[in-house]
Amino acid sequence: MIEPQSNAKAPVPATVYTPESSLAHPARMAREMFHDLLAARELSWRLAVRDLSAQYRQAFFGFAWALILPLANTAAWIFLSSSGVVSVGQTSLPYPVYVFVGTMLWAIFMDAVNAPLQGVTASKAMLAKINFPREAIVVSGIYQTLFNAAIKVGLLLAALLLLGINPGWNLLLFPFGLLSLVLAGTFVGLLITPVGVLYTDVGKAIPLLMQFLMYLTPVVFAMPREGVAATLFTLNPLTPLIMTARDWLTGGSPEFLGYFLAVNAVSALLLLAVWVVYRLAMPILIERMSA
Amino acid sequence: MSDTLIKVEGVSKKFCRSLKKSLWYGMQDLGNELLGRRHGGNGELRPEEFWAMKDVSFEIKRGEAVGIIGRNGSGKTTLLRMLSGLIKPDQGRIEMYGQVGGLIALGAGFNPILTGRENIYVNASILGLSKRQIDAKLDEIIDFAEIGEFIDSPVQNYSSGMAVRLGFSIATALNPDVLLLDEVLAVGDESFQRKCFERLGSLLDQRDKVLIFVSHNIRQVERICSRGILLDHGHVLVDASSSEACSAYHDKTLKDDYASRRARGGFSNYTGSGEISVEEVHLFGDGSAEPTDEIVMHAPATIGIRFHCHNMIEKPEVILGFHTQDSIYVASSSSYTLSRQPDLRPGEHYLECRVPDLMLVPGIYFLRLAFLDKHRRNMWDGHKLNPFKVVQDVRTNVMHMPQMTLVDMPFSWKVDGENIPPQSNS
Repeated sequence: MIEPQSNAKAPVPATVYTPESSLAHPARMAREMFHDLLAARELSWRLAVRDLSAQYRQAFFGFAWALILPLANTAAWIFLSSSGVVSVGQTSLPYPVYVFVGTMLWAIFMDAVNAPLQGVTASKAMLAKINFPREAIVVSGIYQTLFNAAIKVGLLLAALLLLGINPGWNLLLFPFGLLSLVLAGTFVGLLITPVGVLYTDVGKAIPLLMQFLMYLTPVVFAMPREGVAATLFTLNPLTPLIMTARDWLTGGSPEFLGYFLAVNAVSALLLLAVWVVYRLAMPILIERMSA
Repeated sequence: MSDTLIKVEGVSKKFCRSLKKSLWYGMQDLGNELLGRRHGGNGELRPEEFWAMKDVSFEIKRGEAVGIIGRNGSGKTTLLRMLSGLIKPDQGRIEMYGQVGGLIALGAGFNPILTGRENIYVNASILGLSKRQIDAKLDEIIDFAEIGEFIDSPVQNYSSGMAVRLGFSIATALNPDVLLLDEVLAVGDESFQRKCFERLGSLLDQRDKVLIFVSHNIRQVERICSRGILLDHGHVLVDASSSEACSAYHDKTLKDDYASRRARGGFSNYTGSGEISVEEVHLFGDGSAEPTDEIVMHAPATIGIRFHCHNMIEKPEVILGFHTQDSIYVASSSSYTLSRQPDLRPGEHYLECRVPDLMLVPGIYFLRLAFLDKHRRNMWDGHKLNPFKVVQDVRTNVMHMPQMTLVDMPFSWKVDGENIPPQSNS
């Protein structure tokens, strides 16, 4: 006999299903959310281990794939900038380092954006048939993003040291930069998931939109100092995240620290809100998945 | 502690026929949900929607094994998905007590590249087991699944039977208060199915569990369940003992089959070369000239076949037999076992075949009829003709008959040389 995990000796717990929206009882909903998140701990870890080991077991180049794409991207931009096709502006760092670090960080952000929708789509069959904490898919996606990010950052650091760039003590702060990228990415990803599960258009439109967004973020371009571009870059909440993370990794001093902290606080709140949406959406989505 | 583990009150659920609309309604429902409105509106149907389940109520107590039966689309799976909390009801209320385990998908979350052992951990955590609990049950799971040394090879190298065995073995190791089973016993070979039934039996012997079993296989339901709920178009038609519900299901099938045959006019379940057209097949009870669809067990039955030959047919072979709903051929007879094979001239013919003692046990059966020419080439071959019902006679005590029996042959028993006559029903 297996006892329910939290209230082992309590009388048989009752679960009630009614047509009412869970939002009608916010306190109960909050309790259920954190209970499920707790219950999802082990499962999300297992799912992450399952997906990662399957992913790397089946790929000949294994971890190298984490590096190949940003490296190819970097090469393209170094070529574009050195041949004078595109003028990327003045950077404090040597441009190759600037663009390499930028594309790496952007790739981590994109991993986080893609993870929730990919996870839910891949688990459709499971979701339609088994009632397990739905948070597990999202948390497992975060684990996988962090794991892949760790590999990317490890390779990045090795490359930086080879190029003679010393991050200094600021490196200790870099994990916060990384986490804030994953936090913001997870928020965006989870926001689009409910609609993305219903309509595949969303999954197709996201890479396009994200490509556009990348050019409004100081990833490959330097931060513009004046004009419309400067305003757009400054309004883009991803700017402080990318800039701060890059500065911490390369020994620069972040100029947007206050903005960075504000963006993080807002994304944390927003993530909480889309978590609620995700929970409410799941039964509706599951109904349509196999309908 | 209350004894009721499942309480379903006036539950309804609507679905949408069109995919495009269904997706759009999904968006609307999502919006309503976020505004805190009730799911499913006020019980009105939007265009293209229909009630997949309407006003269903029942209660299930500890120790009950309930079979949910019904034809395709009657709402069995919808009900099960609502009970497991996968989808929300549009109306009504469902209360579930205790831990609920669903065997709706065997081997959910199996990754083909990982080994069986790794997949046990993944699958069991999806079903809600912690690592400590899985560690404790690992050997039992591997033993029951009969996987042997394959446990450390990737699941993609497993036969489909092995994967299913592993899935069942993990799912039943969970040992929940309420176990929901959906058609899962249809898979696996016979010896494994027997093992599954034994495990379910031992689960039920604990007397404090609830088993909900959804199946098309009526004989499995009769065998496992004490109570049966017959669903029809999302309504509860019968909620009674499993034998009553199954018999009602048989009656319903019979009626529906007749209705659809009348609507189509004539037979459709046949293949033919065009040399013979079968016009009528009738079943007659003992001494009656009126066709019937009900025969008493162990009574005589006569089958009359009116057919038309379009040309001269030399020494045809006629095969007549009975089969069950799940296409098990119970008995058949060939005219080639007769001493003489008459030729058939062009024109109308009437064939009569008499069974002096119909030994079929109560249930629904169908006639099977085939005409072959002397080279054993198929001229007319029909299945699922004339559904009929065999009802219990007064003599035989079916209550004590072993289950999974189709034919009631006369057996006589002697204990230490002493003849013991069969028990009489009356």
